This record gives sequence, C-alpha cells and structure tokens, in this order.
Amino acid sequence: MAKFIVDNKTVEADESITLLRACLENDIYIPNLCWLKGMADAPVSCRLCFVEIEGEEQLTSSCKIKVRDDMVVKTDTPAVRRLQKTAFQLLMSAHEINCKVCPANKKCELQKIARFLKTGLKPKNMNSHLKEISADMPPNPSLDLHVNRCVLCGRCIYTCIQKQGQSQITFAKRGIDTIISFYGAPEVLSATCSECLACVSICPVSAITLT
Amino acid sequence: MKKATPINKDIPEQAYDRIYKQAMQRQEAFLSVPGPRIHIGTATCGIAAGALETRSAFEEALAQRNIDAQIHTVGCFGHCYAEPVVIIDHPDSGFPPIFYPEVTSAKAKMLTTLFLQEGDPRFEHILGATVANEMIPSIMDFARFNQEKRVVMEKCGQIDPENIDEYIASDGYSALAKSLQRDSVEIIDLVKKSGLRGRGGAGFPTGLKWEFTQNEQDNETIVVCNADEGDPGAYMDRTILESNPHQILEGMVICGYATGARRGIIYVRAEYPLAVKLVTHAVEQARAYSILGQSVLNTDFAFDIEIFQGSGAFVCGEETALIRSMEGHRGAPRYRPPYPAQKGLHNLPTVINNVKTFACIAPIVNKGAQWFRTIGTKQSPGTAIFSVVGSVVHAGLVEIPMGVTLRTLIFDICGGIPDNKQFKAVQIGGPSGGCLPAEFLDTPIDFDSLTEAGAMMGSGGMVVMDEDSCMVDVARFFLDFTQKESCGKCTFCRIGTHQLLNILARLTRGEGREGDIDLLDDFSVDIKNGSLCGLGKTAPNPVLTSLRYFKDEYIAHINEKCCPGMACRTLTAFYIELDQCARGCDLCEACCPVEAVFTTSNRKKGIDQALCVKCGECQVACPPDYDAVRKVSPAALVPVIEHTG
Ligand SMILES: Cc1cc2nc3c(=O)[nH]c(=O)nc-3n(C[C@H](O)[C@H](O)[C@H](O)COP(=O)(O)O)c2cc1C
Repeated sequence: MAKFIVDNKTVEADESITLLRACLENDIYIPNLCWLKGMADAPVSCRLCFVEIEGEEQLTSSCKIKVRDDMVVKTDTPAVRRLQKTAFQLLMSAHEINCKVCPANKKCELQKIARFLKTGLKPKNMNSHLKEISADMPPNPSLDLHVNRCVLCGRCIYTCIQKQGQSQITFAKRGIDTIISFYGAPEVLSATCSECLACVSICPVSAITLT
Repeated sequence: MKKATPINKDIPEQAYDRIYKQAMQRQEAFLSVPGPRIHIGTATCGIAAGALETRSAFEEALAQRNIDAQIHTVGCFGHCYAEPVVIIDHPDSGFPPIFYPEVTSAKAKMLTTLFLQEGDPRFEHILGATVANEMIPSIMDFARFNQEKRVVMEKCGQIDPENIDEYIASDGYSALAKSLQRDSVEIIDLVKKSGLRGRGGAGFPTGLKWEFTQNEQDNETIVVCNADEGDPGAYMDRTILESNPHQILEGMVICGYATGARRGIIYVRAEYPLAVKLVTHAVEQARAYSILGQSVLNTDFAFDIEIFQGSGAFVCGEETALIRSMEGHRGAPRYRPPYPAQKGLHNLPTVINNVKTFACIAPIVNKGAQWFRTIGTKQSPGTAIFSVVGSVVHAGLVEIPMGVTLRTLIFDICGGIPDNKQFKAVQIGGPSGGCLPAEFLDTPIDFDSLTEAGAMMGSGGMVVMDEDSCMVDVARFFLDFTQKESCGKCTFCRIGTHQLLNILARLTRGEGREGDIDLLDDFSVDIKNGSLCGLGKTAPNPVLTSLRYFKDEYIAHINEKCCPGMACRTLTAFYIELDQCARGCDLCEACCPVEAVFTTSNRKKGIDQALCVKCGECQVACPPDYDAVRKVSPAALVPVIEHTG
C-alpha cells in the first residue's frame, strides 16, 4: 500500500494501480475518456487526465503512472484546468453537438466533463470540423457507427479485443480524418456482434448503436 | 551487465587483414589501368539532374572515338547546385583531376573530344582541381569546400557505393576489427567519452543510450537504424545511404557488439528506392565478406542486418511509432517511458539511432574520442550535416563542425542569397523547427544554441528565405504538413494542429480577425504541452518562432490585409503602370493564361482584377526596358484602369 496526498487529502492505494484509478476510487474525479480499469497499457490519447505532481516540471498523465508513497498530487491547478479545457474543446469541435436526438443524452461522458470543467459544450474560437460520411466503410449488419459522435477514445477496440480475442473494430485513416471502422466480413461481424454488444455499452458517447 | 566474451585478438585481425589485402589488390588493379578515369556522381540527386544521361553520353562518345577510359560511378558529393558532377582524372594530359559542374550530355560529348582526346580541359567549364597544383585553382580554395569538415561524409562521392572493396581499401571496417578486440564496455566508454549526441534531432548522448540497453540484462537486444527521414527538404540520410552505406553498417555492427545484439534492422522509407537497393546490396556484400553473419570476422560474435521498408509516414520516424510500424501495427507513437532502450521492438531492449549517428562510430573508434572532441563545441562535439536549400547560391549538403555560425554557413560556405535579394529568415529543423531572423545569424550551430533560439537541430533541414517570403505563409506551410502527417491518435495533435492551420490559412486569405494572434499563441502553447509525442509537441514551433520574431507580419495580415512578403495571393494584386507601358506591345496579353489583360483606348494594357489569377507571368514577360507590371499588397492599392478598349 502506498500513502500519498491528493488535493490535500491523504489517499491509500495499492502500489500496482495507476494514480488515475486510485483517485477515481477515492472520489476524486479526474476527467478521462480513453482509460479503462484493467488496461495494462493505457493509450494516453485523450489527453484529459493531467495532474500536477510536486517536484515534476511538467504535467503528468495520471493514467500512466503508478502511485508512490509520499507523492503530492494536485488535480485542479490552473495549468491542469487550462489543458483539460482545451483538450475538451478540441474534442467538441469535432463532435456533432445534437444532444436531444442522441441516446447518450444525460448519461454522456462529454456532458459530465463539461459540467465538471464548468465549460460549455460548444467550443469558442474553433471551427467545427465534422467528417464526411464515406461510403467505403465495411458495413456491420448489427451495428451503426456515428463517426461524428465518436471521440476516438478507443474503448470499443480494447473491449472488443477483451471479449472476442481479436478486435472487430479498428482505427482507420489518419490525422483529422481518423475514424473507427468495423473490420472483417459482414457475415462474421453479423454473427459475433449481434450477440456481444460490449462496444455499444462501453462507448461513452453513443457512437456505436444497434441498427 | 552483458559483456561479450573476450575474443582472441588475432582472429578478427587476421580475418580483416585478408579482406583488406584482397581489396587493396583490386584497388591497385583498377588504378593501374592506364588512361583516363571519369567519376560520375549517380545518387538520386545526380540522377534527377541527368547523371545517367551524362554517363550514357560519355559511354557513347568514348566508343565512337575509340578512347579507352574507365567510368567510375560514385555517390553524391553534396554539391547539389553543381549536379551532375563529374570528376575527370586524365593523367596523360598533364592536368590534375578536375571537378566539372553541371555536366550535361552535350558537355560530356564535348569533354570527351576536347579534353580526353585532344588534352584541352576547357577552362571555362572547370570548377577546380581536386588537388593543389600549379595550373588550375583547387576546389579547396573555395569556402564551399575548405570550410567543410567531413567526418560522416568523408568518403561520399569518392567511392563506388556498390563496391565493398573500395570502402575496405580506404580503411573501411578496420574500426570493426579493432572493436572486436576490445571489451564491449570499453567501446561504450569510448562512445561516451567522445560526447557523440544522436543526430536524429533530439541530441541524446549515444553512449548513454547504448549503456542503458546493455544494462537490460538477459534479454536479446536489437539495433535499429532510423532512416525514415520524413522532414520535407531534408535528404542527408538518403545521400549517405546511397553514397557510402558500409559506414552505416559498420557503425551498426559495432553497436551490436557493444550492446550484445545479434540483430540489426535498417528502417528506410520505400520512397527511397535507390537507397533501399544500394543498402540491400551492401548487406549482401558484407555477408559474403563475413562482416555480417554467424561469425563476424571469424569470431564467435554473430550479427546480421535486415532492411525494413517503411511506407513513408513522417510520424514513423518517431522511435515508438517506428517500432509499432515494424511490428505490423498502425504507425502511432506510444507514451514514453518505457523508452525503446528498455522496451522496444517486441518488448526487447532496442537501440535506435539515426543514420548519421551510426556513421560517426567508425571514425570515433579509429581516431579516438579525443580527436572527435577536437571538432565542434564542448557540448556538441563533432560535425553537423545540413541540407541547405531555398534562396542560397550553393545549395546542397554541407558538413561543418558544430559551432560554426549561421552567417558563416549561409553567406560564406553557401554563397549567400542570389539575385541581390535580402536575407529574411532561416528555417531550421524542418516542421519541428523554427524561423530565425537576421539578428540570429551569429548563433552558433549546435544542439543547445539552436534550441535556445527557438529553433531546433532537428535532423538537419535548413531553408533559407529571402525578402520575398511571407512568414505567415511559411508557418501555414509547415502546419499543413504536420497536420496531414499527424497520426490522429491524441487530441491535441489530431484536432489542435488542424485548428491552428485553420487560423493561419484564414490570415493568408485576408480573413484575419482581432484576437487571432493571442489565439495562435494560446493554441500553440497548449498543443506543445498537451501532445503525446514529439510530432505534436514540436508542431507549433514554426508558429511560435514566427510570432516571436515576425509579429509585425502577422499584424499586417490582420489589420491591413497586407502581405509584406507579397506571397499570399489573395492579399496581392498586379497592375500595369501606364506611364511605363509601351503602346502596341502585346507580350503580357499574349502570355496571360486567363485573358485578364486588356488593351486600353490608347493602346496600352490593363489587368482585369476579377479575372486575374495572379500567376505573375505578365511581370516576367514585360521587357526590362519597360518594367511596367507592378505587384502590390494589399490588393486594394491597385489603381482603377478604365476598361475602354
Ligand atoms: C515526428 C518525429 C519524426 C522523427 N523522424 C526521425 C527521422 O526521420 N530520423 C531519425 O533519425 N529520427 C527521427 N526522429 C527522432 C527519433 O524519435 C529518435 O529520437 C532518433 O531516431 C534517435 O536517434 P539518435 O539518438 O541517433 O538521434 C523523429 C522524432 C519525431 C518526434
């Protein structure tokens, strides 16, 4: 067990777990999207879970470091909040903001983060960038993908590998055009996906839905 | 710590002796053939300039005139401005070997007749003799040659990259033979003492990196040479691979021995087909000479090298993305630590070094750490190689001691700015680097000074810009590149660079708004701090440095819709100065691709601004005696000319 301080509060946690998990389990919320409990290697891609650790010059991704005795952590410094807000707004600039028709409404991770960071859903000073829906994506008879809801956290890919051994979902394209895409023959997808639906329930923003 | 088993000193020495003697014999046989020798540079740059045609022209002309001469293909000399480069060594003429620049097919035929047959070297075509002599000025009299210091590129352009004997005959692989007689710890110590820092951009101490890997007990180690070279405008790694691949292989084998690896991989982009071909050939030759394989130079040390062809994504040059790509995944970086030296390819400790870093190893082993430290500066020993391009007279690859100032490099060595134009800025370090203005010309070129100035050594791209370039547009150009090359994994790089590009593009279109400068600055800082890998962390550098040093240009774009460099099309316009326009002259009208030029009632010309696409052809076509076409910014400055033709 390691004993350390987060936001002036003493926390105890097993040395094998990450700081992010330790905080979440002790009711200290740190915004996050791409991390899941149990992941051996977090992708560190959503860039939300920054914290400040005393003695370290730069902000740290809390999903990536293990807890240590006597570490002094701050989760709400101005620098942390600034980066989190920018990251969040960037995500929102590529997100279709139409909550009323979205099945995730009210339980959406993005709405939760916006409330927590006290920022609006619609980013200021940014162009909205929505992707064209391309027709060449392999279809999935059981599931629909909503690329402009997707925040590319990758939880679905991780979960699919856990459940199926091999992912039926993958990242495709790159840069600003990056999307997730189903992968494989429609018959296979139809057989495996209609039974499983793990990706549908793990998605924080309802980007994968039942057809 | 892994330590190689001590090797009987005689074994590698004897093995090396054998191949050295054989190489010398072949070299002497080549040199003892009487008659002229024609050395032609046929790396990619030479070939692009027509070196293969030049070679055919020589072959044809020699056959036609029944002249016995040997054609010797070599790699690149680094003098791009002079390609195709030919050196003719014609002992019977009484002249020393002569360096000829820009040898076209026609020139090749002419030189065959006039020089090779009749003994007249045609002074007007000579750049210089390659050795000091009484008759012709030597190339070493020119700064472009004598201020260089060649360590990595010493043999580039001198030897045939396809012939391992030529490398061996010039002491190649002797450093390997020496290394195999030493303890691996000693070699790492030597590299540490030399102060060598990685040439791939970040400048991490190479000896330390090797030591980390060596400290990873028990595990098999892998040596990777990073030849991804994705910076736009940078081509030194390609040139070295194409001109002297064995010096890189030698560095890799020594590294393998020092770190306890059996496997080496060269990660080279598939867009470098000639480099891939030559380095593959070099590996085969090295195997045939027992320099690679089960028993390196007859010792019990086994090491082999494979070639991995990357698909040319810039981000795959980043070491963790490079590893992912070799494992068959998307080329996306991962969080560090663990560093590749601890957990690299297939989770094995992996030493990743740049092409130039490996090429420094053999000279260091041969001449010693102390010698290496006499070159360059205390914190950055050795040389730096830049591909100097843009507005300079003598563009090309330049290898200089670290610590030389930007001014010396640009103005003395590379001949300054052509066409009497003014220097405006130098962009160093490619898309991760920055633009430095004239005030920084006296900055010494080394890792730390450049970083301090806001630029970066990067992998050595250097673009010199004159008064006609627009710094906002330059920043937009590099952001456009990084934005496209982002792998899309992390939020800041994927969306942040896109937003940054949007703002810059808006400015160059004259749609800048108040507050944009602060917005650019804020975004840049956040992307720098928030991105996962080096690509995103450095992508805002061109914006940050141009904002710092050329803020007035940003302000002009936003407030006055003016582009001071007159490069942004939307913000500029052409018009014809009626006082200078010659009645009846039709040159501008004839060349206009969109029929925007019209004739006025007094038979002069005007430009229809609604039709003009601002290609500038009319300005080129207008005879210098009239010089009547003007370019202005902002576009609103154009006087109205009645369309009454
Ligand atoms: C976006 C990006 C691109 C890179 N491209 C290259 C490259 O083309 N060649 C290279 O040697 N290093 C490149 N690097 C640096 C490598 O990650 C790594 O630091 C280097 O290969 C280590 O070798 P060195 O110690 O010899 O410099 C790149 C880094 C980043 C962030």
